[in-house]
Parts: sequence; structure tokens; C-alpha cells
Amino acid sequence: MKFTDLLRTASSNMLRSKTRTILTVIAIFIGAMTITLTNGVGSGIKSYLNKQVGNLGATNVLFIELTDKRTSPSSGPAKYVYNPNVRVASTGLGSNQLLMNLKDIAIIKSIPNITSVVPSHSISPDYIVGTGDKYQLSLAQQFGSTTSDMAIGSDVNNNSSQNQVSVPESYVSPLGYSSSQSIIGKTVTIGITSGEGLQQTVTAMVTGVQQENLFGQYNAHANTALANQLYSIQTTGVPSALANTFLTAEAIFPSNLTTTQINAIKSQLSAKGFTGQTIKDEESTVFTAINAIIIVFDLLGAVTLLAASFGIVNTLLMSVQEQTKDIGLMKALGMSPRRIFTLFSIEAVLIGFWGSLLGVSFAALIGKAINAIGSHGFLKNFKGLSLLTFPLSTVAIVIIGIMLIAFLAGTLPALRASRKDPIEALRYE
Amino acid sequence: MGAMVATKNVSKIYGKGETAFSALENINLSIAPGESVAVIGKSGSGKSTLMHILALLDKPSKGKVFVDDQDASRMSSRQLDVLRNKHYGFVFQQFFLSSNDTVLNNVILPLKIARVGRRERRERGLKVIKAVELEDKTDTIASNLSGGQKQRTCIARALINNPSVILADEPTGNLDSHTGKKVEDLLFRLNEEHGITLIIVTHDKDIAARCSRQIHIKDGKLTSREYA
Repeated sequence: MKFTDLLRTASSNMLRSKTRTILTVIAIFIGAMTITLTNGVGSGIKSYLNKQVGNLGATNVLFIELTDKRTSPSSGPAKYVYNPNVRVASTGLGSNQLLMNLKDIAIIKSIPNITSVVPSHSISPDYIVGTGDKYQLSLAQQFGSTTSDMAIGSDVNNNSSQNQVSVPESYVSPLGYSSSQSIIGKTVTIGITSGEGLQQTVTAMVTGVQQENLFGQYNAHANTALANQLYSIQTTGVPSALANTFLTAEAIFPSNLTTTQINAIKSQLSAKGFTGQTIKDEESTVFTAINAIIIVFDLLGAVTLLAASFGIVNTLLMSVQEQTKDIGLMKALGMSPRRIFTLFSIEAVLIGFWGSLLGVSFAALIGKAINAIGSHGFLKNFKGLSLLTFPLSTVAIVIIGIMLIAFLAGTLPALRASRKDPIEALRYE
Repeated sequence: MGAMVATKNVSKIYGKGETAFSALENINLSIAPGESVAVIGKSGSGKSTLMHILALLDKPSKGKVFVDDQDASRMSSRQLDVLRNKHYGFVFQQFFLSSNDTVLNNVILPLKIARVGRRERRERGLKVIKAVELEDKTDTIASNLSGGQKQRTCIARALINNPSVILADEPTGNLDSHTGKKVEDLLFRLNEEHGITLIIVTHDKDIAARCSRQIHIKDGKLTSREYA
């Protein structure tokens, strides 16, 4: 038989006992749907996080802090050694963190492949004002080249000598503008108190409005010029030993470094008493957790499919039994055992195909509905999040994978069919 | 030689040792092209086994089968499949039609197996359906046919590959005498007009009498009457 004839014959064999076939297809349908939905949620969240992580900063930046070796859960407190350089900052939450100073910056700078190191000062401005009242401002310095998710305009440019700021969407109206569009290019004033207790003002141009997001969604971004000016005001009159301390530093490395080279930097940092993490590292911690959850759900789907595959075995065994005479006849008329095997394998694969296609399609429909409902309801605060996404590759893998499982499940019945003795099969009752 | 189908010292033994049972013993047969042969014997005589061996569905324990002077024991299973498909036509007592399929689809099954294209299948299918006078039933589902129509469909299926031999196993066994007669006539007409060798396993004395030769089989042996 030609392949098309095999396909046609297998299809009509499949439809010979409709109820039985439909029940088997439903079992596969459920498995396929479960796996597609869990993976859909997984890839939806991952692609959302990927976008969000872009807002945290560039990928060629290491966030460095001092490794805290004062105490550890396993070995208890370390021995106290007097060191005039060590400073400790209280976070106000009952814990404290080691502070870095300019000497640390010099040490980090000496590590190969690090192009520049900038202390990450925390800037505490008092207010921001546009055309109306003064409002509280939470400001973060933006490092490296960023890929922020902007609603409109662009993020601040660190190469510009002009003071620049980008604000979250929620700032637009308090600053006295009716739309995100109208605030672009306008000047805002930021008030900050100096170390001597005097309130001063600095002006900055708004370059863009950030899409609200999961991380740091209330932070306005300042470029280097603005941050430096604000910091110098903030530290005027503060003893230099204090002024030049900070919790973290950002080291920039060439963006074309390989993972091995980046890891080399990290191990050098750790040898010198620092801990360095890139955005990717932080991202991967989150992804590991998400992956673990997805795997658990996938396992549930896999169990369903396992059960369904026994359904295929059962269905086909019955089909082979019922078609004993037809198989015998085809063999007597010159069909080779191999073709008979193929015929029943195709029937198995077809059951898998229809079950998975229906399951995947139904999952996509459910996903669409959830996304539509969610963006107006329970996901309102996660702008730009599609809870479920179905990349074509995932869908293809699910369908092909299930067809493969179906094929494997079909081998036993197909083998039994191919081994049927035509004489036995055609014996009269 | 020049035999269409021949057997040489063919024996068939089932089982081993003490339980061994000899279904056929030393069968020597030679059927010439165009002959019509009746194989006659009681049930359990070994006539079915002989039939299966002649049809190349079974292999003899000893001896050889020749088809068109070619030794079947030297053929691969693929060659045997092709031979059964092209050289033989089978007509069974119980028809063995796909009851949910149309007459045409049933008739062209051997062509499907032989990977003949759709258009040619249809053409040749319609031709043999006409030959068995079932033109008006071409697209009828097989289960809606009468017994005689079913058997004529089977004969059309047996004819579709222009076989050299038609092996018919009790072709009229499931039919009433009137329709049985029509089927019988059809088979003998094919033998006479197209020179197709006919091998019929039968109980029916009339059919046996119409054959050019009668082979009697008893306890796995050909009886003397064969040579008469």
C-alpha cells in the first residue's frame, strides 16, 4: 500500500468504533491540555520577567557587595579582628550590612576585564515638582545601557551632560500633565536637603515615561549627571569618610565577554571578599523557581498521558482483534507484515495526533480567555503580562511528543497485527 | 514440466515427537495452465491444508511447491507476497469483504496493496465489476448485498490483477442453489473464456463434475481416483 492509502485506511479503521476512539482521544486531550497550559503559564511568566528584568539594568553590569563573613549558619560567628576600614550600616530592620568605601572601588577596578566601577549611592531627594504641587520622589541611578520597558519616550542617557530623568506612568498626572506624551521634554524640579540641612533644588529634563512593572515600579531613573549633582548636594558638609561609603557598587564589563570570562571576574571578586551578581544571575534564581513549579505540573500531565497511552494500547488491541479477518485477508492478498505494522502504527499516531491537536487548541483558547479576563481583572497591576503564551515550538514539541508516545503505545498491538497468521485469521467458525 | 502449480513429495506435519500429526503425506500434483480442478475430501481430510500450501499461505514440512515452474521454497516472503497478489485470485466461502466499504473499494483492495494509483484502480475496478455484472452496485456498501452479489464481488476482487490461478474454497457453500449456480457458471466461464486455471475445493458433486479433473483426498493422501 502507498502511504496515502495506509493513512486513509488507518483513518477509516480509527473511525470504525467511534465511541472507543473518542474516549481514547479524550484521555490524550486532557494530558495534552494540561501540559500545554502549564507550559503556557511558564513561558508567559518567563517572557514577562525577561522584559521586567531589562528594567533593572543592563546585562553587562555586576552588582557588587562585600561578602559578609561575620557570621554564618554553619560555623557560627567569626573571630573579631580590629580593622579600621570596616564600617557597618544599619538597615533599620534589625539587621546590618557591611559598607564599601573608595578603597574597595580601587580593588575592584584592578580586576581584569572590568572597565569601570561606580559606587551605587543612595540618593534621597525630598520632592519632585512639575507644574503644580510638590510630590514625594523615589529616585534610582540608572547604570549602563538600559533596556527599560518604556511606555513612551526613551530612558535617561548616561553619556549626556544634561540632567535627565525618566518617570513611572503614575507620576505623570501629579506632575501636572494630562498625558504621558505631553510630559516628554519638559523640565521638572527636584528638591534635596544637603548635609548641612539646607534644601536646594535641581532641574532635570524628562526623557521618557516608564511602563509600570513588577520590579522598582515606583522608581524614577536619574542619569549620571543628575545623580552626581544630587549626591554632591546630599553630601555637602558630611565628613568625607562617611560621604564616600555605600552598600553596593556597579562594575561594568565589556558586553562581549563569555560566560567563562564573567565567571572568572566573579571568582576574583570572591577571592577579594566581594560578591558579584549580574542581572542574569538574579533572573536565573527566579527562573529556577518557576521551572520547578512547571516541572511539577508537567509531571501531572505526563501521568495523564501515561494513563492515556494504556488507553491507546487497549483501543488498538481491540481494533486488531476486531479486524483479525481483514488483516488475514490483506496478508493473503499479498500485504507484507511490515505494512500491516505500519498501518496500525499510523492508527495509533493518528489517535495521538487528534488528541494532542484538540488538547493544544483548547488550551490556547482557554489561555486567550484567561489573558483577556486577567488583563481587565486580576492581572490589572501587571501591565504587559500575558499570563499564558504558546510559542509555536512548545506546541510543536507537545504534539510531536504525544504522537511519539502514541506510536510507542501502538507498537505492541501493531506487532500483534503484523504477526497474525492469515490461515488462522481466515479460518471459518 | 509446464505446470501452473505443482507439488513434489509434499508433506505437512503438525506437532513433534509422539503427538506429531501428519496432515498431508507425499502429495505429488501437477496442474496445467487452463485446467479446472476440483479438490474433494471430507473435513479433516487435509484438503484445507493442501489448499493453503497451494495458495502459498503455508509452507510444507517436506517437499516442494512449484508455481509456474519456480520453486516457492526459494522465494523470499516479499516475492511470495507479490506472487499471491498478482498470480492468484482467492474466493472464500465466507466472502471476507469489508462490510462497511463499497463494492468498488472491496474489489480494488489487491491493487491498493500492490500500490497502484487511484485512477487506474478505479478504471480496472469498474471493468471487473462489469465482468461480474454488478455495475449497478458499484457504490453499494458490501453489507447491503445479497449472498450471491457478495460472492460475485469476491470473484471481481480475485480477478482484478488478471490472475493465472483462481483458488476457490467452497465458493457456493454459503449460497442457495440458484445463486450458487450463477456463481459456478461465472467461475467456469472465466476458466473457459480467459483460460484462468481454476482450483476449487468443494463438497458439491455438480461443481466437481464440471471440472476437467477431480482430486480426491483422504487422510492426507491422494486416493487412486486422482489418476483415473
